[in-house]
Amino acid sequence: MKTDVVDLYEIRKTIHPRAVHGWFAAWRWALVWATQIVFYGVAWLPWNGRQAVLFDIAHRKFYILGFVFWPQDIIYLTVLLIVSALSLFLFTAVAGRLWCGYACPQTVYTEIFMWIEQKIEGDRNARIKLDKQELDIEKATKRGSKHLVWIALSLWTGFTFVGYFTPIRELWGEVLTLSTGPWETFWILFYGFATYGNAGWMREQVCIYMCPYARFQSAMFDKDTLVIGYDPKRGEPRGKPVGKGAEKGDCIDCSICVQVCPTGIDIRDGLQYQCIGCAACIDGCNQVMEKVGRPKGLIRYDTVHAMEGQPTSILRPRVLIYSAVLAAIVIAAGAGLWMRVPLKVDVIRDRAAIAREVEGGLVENLYRLQIMNTTEAERRFEIAASGLPTLAVATEPGVQLAATESRMVLVRLRVDPKQVKAGTHPIRFHVRAGDDEQVAVQEKSVFIVR
Amino acid sequence: MSLFTSGFWDIYVAGLTIVSIIGCGVLLWYQSTHRTSGGETSGHVWDEDIKEYNNPMPRWWSWLFYLTIVFSLGYLAVYPGLGSYAGMFGWTQVKQLEEENKEAQAAYGPLYDKFAAQDVVSLSKDPAALAVGQKLFLNYCAQCHASDGGGSRGFPNLTDKDWLWGGTPEAIKTSIMEGRTGVMPPWGPAIGDEGVKNVTAYLMQISGNAYDSLRAYSGKEVYAKTCVACHGADGKGNQALGAPNLTDKIWLHGSGEEIAETIARGRTSQMPAHKDLLSPAKAHLLTAYVLSLSGK
Repeated sequence: MKTDVVDLYEIRKTIHPRAVHGWFAAWRWALVWATQIVFYGVAWLPWNGRQAVLFDIAHRKFYILGFVFWPQDIIYLTVLLIVSALSLFLFTAVAGRLWCGYACPQTVYTEIFMWIEQKIEGDRNARIKLDKQELDIEKATKRGSKHLVWIALSLWTGFTFVGYFTPIRELWGEVLTLSTGPWETFWILFYGFATYGNAGWMREQVCIYMCPYARFQSAMFDKDTLVIGYDPKRGEPRGKPVGKGAEKGDCIDCSICVQVCPTGIDIRDGLQYQCIGCAACIDGCNQVMEKVGRPKGLIRYDTVHAMEGQPTSILRPRVLIYSAVLAAIVIAAGAGLWMRVPLKVDVIRDRAAIAREVEGGLVENLYRLQIMNTTEAERRFEIAASGLPTLAVATEPGVQLAATESRMVLVRLRVDPKQVKAGTHPIRFHVRAGDDEQVAVQEKSVFIVR
Repeated sequence: MSLFTSGFWDIYVAGLTIVSIIGCGVLLWYQSTHRTSGGETSGHVWDEDIKEYNNPMPRWWSWLFYLTIVFSLGYLAVYPGLGSYAGMFGWTQVKQLEEENKEAQAAYGPLYDKFAAQDVVSLSKDPAALAVGQKLFLNYCAQCHASDGGGSRGFPNLTDKDWLWGGTPEAIKTSIMEGRTGVMPPWGPAIGDEGVKNVTAYLMQISGNAYDSLRAYSGKEVYAKTCVACHGADGKGNQALGAPNLTDKIWLHGSGEEIAETIARGRTSQMPAHKDLLSPAKAHLLTAYVLSLSGK
């Protein structure tokens, strides 16, 4: 019996996808433009004299248009992540890997990088030829200029990314004078390197070996999910229609669908985990079908049930449940955001100094109120307390806070011990804006008589 | 510095570490190919009919493994980790702490030096100094004296103008750094229940409260014999001894039955010394802050 030695690790075979045009390619490009105009553009948008979207980590304030979020608002980030995850589940259950094929940054940047590659080095055949060519001036120039453009775009991407965390206009000034801080420099280079590495070199390997979503998305699939599929009933037996009477299917075995595939698979082998659902093979095949005068849709978006000639149901339990949960969370989050009070108060009672006697036989308790004005306007806040007879604020009952200021305010409360039993009593602090009764917060605390 | 009594264990640990790391590399290399008897599957069969295909991992994935081995060897050369070998940089946690302290000193030292060079009275009117002083007060003092310095029962109020041990900058700083121990001896056994009641009535009289004049008359005699040495003939106290002024309406331990209790059983009060916790510059700032509290 002969024995072979096989490698358990293989060197990646470079994939040279052929450029493709068509309905779905147009959609992908529309999403490339939409996402990238937002990403590169929003950072430069001004809003009331500041950057419209800025995540100021040093001061722990996160500006998004008219909102200023504080670390205490982390719930909104959680909700955003939950909404993103559920949307992904819903889209996947209905139409497979829509995210992967059209909107994922890995896809979007790969698309841009491939476009640059194609402009400089030519399309698939030219690139394969260039790959095999000995290194000469022509190859060095083409390769060199491709990487230069890639690196320039990557650095701009890294710069834009950091521009969401440090004001981008100041950052641009620093970049021009090469005076960016150590962390800004690191993140521009790191994010740039990640863009260049992932979109230029790693490409489909990110989807196949690294992306967790690619591996668990099949859990959301069923036979009623729209997937990209080849119709073997129409296509087989494949081959060139030569001679008369030769019974051939619609597939002329031109291999366009394999040439355009960015992950290098053959869709005619059936649904595979490597397929990112980009629909390039649909566009490619449709053009060929048009030329040979056969109906389009040999490769198409369809459900496994439909391909097998069985009825497809879109409104099935998993779709309804994902939709219902998603709608409930979106409505709750929207209402929460709408009713969000731009004022936060934390009450910390002095722990060791329990109760003290002051003139007139009154008993005094002391509280530290951390009052946070989360609006971008100077505001006066009134402080009051309730819950006990004779309870009164003995300190200044109001405080003036600058825009987005957080201040610790000492508040003394007094009661007449003749009117109140000894022991611990629950009380409430009421803090409200002087100019707006709606901007009010209640916080619980306790008053200890003795 | 060895953690073991015998040098053998250092070598044992270091040897084991090196052998394990290199062993990982050898295992990885050995396991990167596979012998098969031909065909698509590896030739292994599990549970009668489950066969294993070869779906090769990307080569760069195994490079990442080798990279971790190179990294770990580099790490062990630079940082301590191999037995008692200290590493090329001689890094220790203690040294890191010292360096960070030095950085903090360099960052905040000039600020404190600037404040330390000014006198307490002018600092007590400087908002910048008081802002730092308040932070120090909340850290070191507020636990007993309350966040506003108003104190509580048994812990003096620092916001009034009544001082047990003196309100000059020097006296305040001494109280902070050296601490104070205030002792009121128990007088119950010496003057009896009646004596305690009578002295209490007298104290009510001299502090301007309602009092029983008969008891106060007798109490005055007891006061002249037993209390006068510390609290003075006029009852105004003695800051050198920490004896409180009895003629104001300020009662550290409570104004009710607690007064008689104080006389009968005595009190021992302790302000702890902070000289081991506070640098002179911080004590200087705190003195100014405490002074500013009573100036309001």
